[in-house]
Formats: sequence, C-alpha cells, structure tokens
Amino acid sequence: MNLNATVIGQSIAFAVFVWFCLKYVWPPITAALAERQKKIADGLEAADRAQRDLNLAQNKAADELREAKVKSAEIIDMANKRASQIVDEAKDKARDEGQRLMAGAQAEIEMEVQRAREVLRAQVAAIAISGAEKILEASVDQAANEELVKKLASEL
Amino acid sequence: MPEYESGTEYIAHHLGFLKYGQKADGSWGIAHTMEEANAMGFWSIHLDSMFMSLLLGVIFMGVFYFVSRKATSGIPGGLQNAVEFIVEMVQTTVKSTFFARNELIGPLALTIFCWIFMMNLMDLVPVDWIPLTAAFIAQDSHLYFKAVPTTDLNITAGFAISVFFLIIFFSIKIKGFGGFLGEFAFHPFGKWALPLNLIMEVPSFLAKPVSLALRLYGNLFAGEMIFMVIALVGLFQLPLHFAWAVFHILIITLQAYLFMMLTIVYLNQAHTEPEAH
Repeated sequence: MNLNATVIGQSIAFAVFVWFCLKYVWPPITAALAERQKKIADGLEAADRAQRDLNLAQNKAADELREAKVKSAEIIDMANKRASQIVDEAKDKARDEGQRLMAGAQAEIEMEVQRAREVLRAQVAAIAISGAEKILEASVDQAANEELVKKLASEL
Repeated sequence: MPEYESGTEYIAHHLGFLKYGQKADGSWGIAHTMEEANAMGFWSIHLDSMFMSLLLGVIFMGVFYFVSRKATSGIPGGLQNAVEFIVEMVQTTVKSTFFARNELIGPLALTIFCWIFMMNLMDLVPVDWIPLTAAFIAQDSHLYFKAVPTTDLNITAGFAISVFFLIIFFSIKIKGFGGFLGEFAFHPFGKWALPLNLIMEVPSFLAKPVSLALRLYGNLFAGEMIFMVIALVGLFQLPLHFAWAVFHILIITLQAYLFMMLTIVYLNQAHTEPEAH
C-alpha cells in the first residue's frame, strides 16, 4: 500500500466538490432553513400577540358591558323618574282642567238659574197681574202698577 | 463467491486495485497482477477508487443540488426534509465548534461528512456485488476492483492533505506567517524553551493529517476485511454478515462524523490564537 497520484486526483475532486457545495448547495438550503426559522418565530410571536390582543379585547368587552349595564340602569332610573313626573303633571293638569270645567259648569248653572229666575219672575209677575186682574175684574193700569209688580217679583 | 483456489487468494484479489500506470517495461496500462501493480511508481492512479469516489460524490452533490434548487421555506417534501436534516446537523455542529466567521467551513464540513459517508456506505454492499458487476462490464473475470474508496489510503489521504493545507492556509491568513510559526516556537512553554516547544508542537501538527487519514482508512479497511472473511465461511455468512453490517452502520457513520468534527476543530484552532503562556 503506497501513495500514488490517486491522492492528487482525490484532492482535486475534493476541492471541486467543496467549491460546488459552497457555491450552489449550501447557500440556498441554509437560506431556506433560516427563512423557515424566521417564519416560525414570526408565527409564534403573532400567536402570542393575538393571544394578548384577545385578552385585552375580552377585558375591554367586559368593561364595556359593565359600563353599559350601569348606564342602562341609570337610563331606566331616569325614565322611571320622568314617567312619574309626567304622570304627576298629567294628574295636576287633569285636576286643574276638572276644576276649570267644574267652575265653568257652576257658572253656567248659576247663569241658567239666574235666567230661570228672571223668566220665572217675569211669568210670576204676569201671573200675578193676571191674577190681580181677575180678582179686581177691572183693568189695572199696567204701567202704573209696573213698579209694584216688579217689586213683588224681585221678592220671590 | 467466484472460484478461487484459497481464501487467501480471494482476499488478496479483493485487496487489489484497478491500477493504471507505467509498467516495468515502460509501457502505460492497467496492472493485471499484483507484481505489476506494485512495480508502478507514484505516477499511477487507482481507477476503481477514483471512479467510485467521483460517482458517489456526483450522486451526493446531485441530490443536494436538486434539493437546493427547489429549496423552499414552506413545508418541505420528504427529500428536502432529509437533506435539511443533514445540513442542519452539520450547521449545528459547526456553530457549536467553530467560533470564527468563515463561509467555507459549513460547505466543507457538509461535503466531508456526506461524501465520506457515501463512500463508507459502499462497505455495506455485499463485498462481491460491485467487483463482480465491474468484472462483468469489463468482460474480465480477473478484474481488480475495489468498491469502497475509503479503504484506499490514497482517498483518505486526499481528504486529510486537503484539510492540512486548509489549516496552514487559514493559520497564515489569520495570524500571519510569524504568528503561524510562533505557535510552534513559543508554545506551550514560552520563548525560553524554544527547542522543547518545537519538539512538541511540530510532530503534533504533522500528526493531524496522518491521524485523519489513517483513522478513517484503518477503520474501513478492517471493517471490509471482516466482511471478506465472513464471505468465506459459506452459508453461515448470512447471519454473520447481517450482524456485522448492523454494527458497521454505526462505524461508518461515526467515522464520517469524526472526520468532519476533527476538520472543524482543527480549522477552529487555525482561526484562534492559542492562550498565552
């Protein structure tokens, strides 16, 4: 077993293969590896971020919900207050209106009574006169007794 | 197992190379006998080792190139996944062992690991298959053909010497010529023990490529030798072969990994200053 030119041939072949590997094989494969590594790292980071965002959003949603509940309770309170206020107002108004109507009716009734009284007075006067005429059987000077009859009628 | 007069002859034949060079009578050609082969000088070449080495190298590079052309950072397919697994393993090893910045180390380590692994893998192919195929193609039943390139010291030495030159090149590039020599002269005992330093450092430096080449060669040569011996025992070779092959899977992977690892370590040493003493 002695060394011969094979050693030179092998060295040259080795150099060529190493050069080829350096030039065409190593860079694309390691680049692909590095890129995938980066992709995975990015993906993991994105997942982390998404998880964080989700937590944040959930907290926010809970806060909003709580706030909405408080607000809605407030609104309901206010609405209740307003409703009772309206009812009170309506009651007041109705009472006023009723009183006003009652007062109007009273006035009308009084007026009616007055008028009836006038009419009655006039009729009583007429009846009294005609009664008196009949009693006296004589005609009485209506104009001369007008004053007397009116006085009589107003006493009724 | 083809016809041989003895087991010794069978093994001896399996150890012969398809060697091209200048014969004793001055003509150039392929050696047909061991004597002819041994008579050839340095300027001869093992056609079988070179052929298998280049074939495996081209297969490995072809597969990796094919994958790298279509490499995507999306979901990888099966082949891309396998290739990425290997590349990532090499990359992790380089990152954890090599602390300077050098674009060459990754591809270098990958090439060493995969190529040596492919060559070692030929050891798991039953010992006669490839030589008999080669003999059939060449129509020469006595053709010498060695199927496992890493059982050829020339191939392992080719790797080791290349790595050795890279060590020297990067040492000088990073530390300067003086710095490179200074490592031998003033290390580990300081400048007052210069001769002692040289005696300690120079052999250990020269031992690097020798140990790289011999470790790989020795392991694979011994492994193949055992396969050959197993092939001689007749029908019982099947379970034995299987058992040794299973064990050998570990060895071939380990040796490929070890070669890569030591290369990275040596080159890392070349890139870093030794601690001051």
